[in-house]
Amino acid sequence: MSIISTQRLTKAFGPIIAVSNLTVELPSGVVGLVGANGAGKSTLIKILLGLLPPTSGAASILGLDCLTDGLKIREHVGYMPESECLPLDVSATEFLVHMARMSGMPSHVARERAADTLRHVGLYEERYRPIGGYSTGMKQRVKLAQALVHDPTLVFLDEPTNGLDPAGRDEMLGLISRISGDFGISVVVTSHLMGELERISDHLVVIEAGVLSRSTSTADATQLSGALLVEVTDRADDAVARLRKKGATVVIGVRPGTFAVEMTDKAVPSWVVEIVAKLKVGLVRLQPSRHHLSEIFLADATPTEKEAAHV
Amino acid sequence: MSSAPTPSGAPNNGATTDSVIHDIGFRHYDGPRLGRGWAFRSLLLETLRGCYGLGRPAKVKAMPWVLVAFSILPALIMVTVAIVTSLTELPLSYVGYPQAMSLPLSLFVAGRAPYAVSRDLRDGVMPLYLSRPIKRGDYVVAKFSGLAIGVFLFIAAPLAVLYIGALLAKFPVWHETWIFLGGVAMAAVLALILTALSMVLAAFTRRRGFGVAAIVTTLVFTAIFASVLVHVVGDQVSRAAGSYFAIIDPFALVDALAISWLGVEATTPGLEPNGALDMLYFTLVFIGFIAGSLGILLRRFRKVGGV
Repeated sequence: MSIISTQRLTKAFGPIIAVSNLTVELPSGVVGLVGANGAGKSTLIKILLGLLPPTSGAASILGLDCLTDGLKIREHVGYMPESECLPLDVSATEFLVHMARMSGMPSHVARERAADTLRHVGLYEERYRPIGGYSTGMKQRVKLAQALVHDPTLVFLDEPTNGLDPAGRDEMLGLISRISGDFGISVVVTSHLMGELERISDHLVVIEAGVLSRSTSTADATQLSGALLVEVTDRADDAVARLRKKGATVVIGVRPGTFAVEMTDKAVPSWVVEIVAKLKVGLVRLQPSRHHLSEIFLADATPTEKEAAHV
Repeated sequence: MSSAPTPSGAPNNGATTDSVIHDIGFRHYDGPRLGRGWAFRSLLLETLRGCYGLGRPAKVKAMPWVLVAFSILPALIMVTVAIVTSLTELPLSYVGYPQAMSLPLSLFVAGRAPYAVSRDLRDGVMPLYLSRPIKRGDYVVAKFSGLAIGVFLFIAAPLAVLYIGALLAKFPVWHETWIFLGGVAMAAVLALILTALSMVLAAFTRRRGFGVAAIVTTLVFTAIFASVLVHVVGDQVSRAAGSYFAIIDPFALVDALAISWLGVEATTPGLEPNGALDMLYFTLVFIGFIAGSLGILLRRFRKVGGV
């Protein structure tokens, strides 16, 4: 069941075509929208929120027409912009109550939901302090909370991991998975980094220069075979040799000490642990991945190379 | 307004009132969504609260409330004097009082307009408002109305003190009520003009400090220009011709309107509009100024803060 659909959607700003002839159906769940900066992701979101009329074509969200039902759409959709967007001299609580009311919540509901939502995104005592004193990670959480406070059916998250350190990124991606999984809210999340979206998305859409270049369910693409990413402190060669002796397919990583094992057998993780224990070396990483074995170590490569590898 | 203890989204079976609290995860909301009108009202109220620093840290509250105190204190003194010494008339009229209090009033407006507008521009809050169920123009009109009401309350509060004092001093009730209502009406006019002027200036200054400076400077210089022109042209040509220049200064314009509409005495020296034509002139300038300012604001906010 598609939650967003566009038909031959085009938006031109004078001679510049931001979105070109885009026809796409997006399902509920987590949809990753990938594209370089300026690829037309934000323009697409503006059109879908009913804030920007398309030059031609049509778009609908939740069965509502983006051209005519903007007000109705914005009651049921949340939006987290990429840019800084928080007033600095009010507390997160005060701000969220206001934003909930702006979305049409009655006052007492707004207060309850503000407190609840801030707790869900992981803001506790600090929510009573002015936002000006928050760290980048905390501000991102407030931005996320304001998009969720009115219990939308769908949220647009524009580059939510921007400016976060690796740990913060992981937490944010974890939160996004929860929004879809635990909260039951569909998510459209944009990023220029394909790698991080692949981890959490059910469906991936790639836009290049306003043109749709790919729209695939991640399950189709990666469930064929899983792989296990392994990193050890020492003697990686010996570990690989022993795994191969057991019949496992192994690819050596670019970074020293890393390799990936194809999940041909349910016992593969225990083989790895066993061998590492016998070799008496440290196990730094043991991470299951849905990616195809052949593309795992391309994750650091540029998106275009990766695309090439995928096709 | 205070809430019911049950979570609004969760089903309430009514049976489990003395149970322990569980983390029930994310709660959904099935209740009414009040839509555009409510969102408009919420933004207006939030702007009004912001005018007086309500829901803000103490350092934001300090300035507006100090100015409120400065503007009410003289009224309290006048009222006390009137009651004790049994005066038959207040030393300052309801129309003249805001004119005399132009300094704290100007400072209040200069501080609050940028707070209401340029803060959203500087911190980039506009996209969040635009992604709510309102239209772009709603934002401008709600902000304008909220600020105008805030300024009006600032002007009207000391007038209310004067009125209550006048009644306590046993001034004739009907006459006093009548001129008090005239004063309130002129307070509303002054609030509209000051709001329009200051919001336009604030909307074009992203930095709050610049906004404050721009508004104070404008109010000071328009007052000086208006007073000089009213005087010089009034002396050289005629009083009526000089009076036309009152439109330069918000305070003088309100004075001219009060003289034309209510027939009160001039507070600005040399101001002598007379006749229906002059009244029409000042009224049209007033309406044109408010409409023009709103037009500029709507245009300005069509450009900025695109999502």
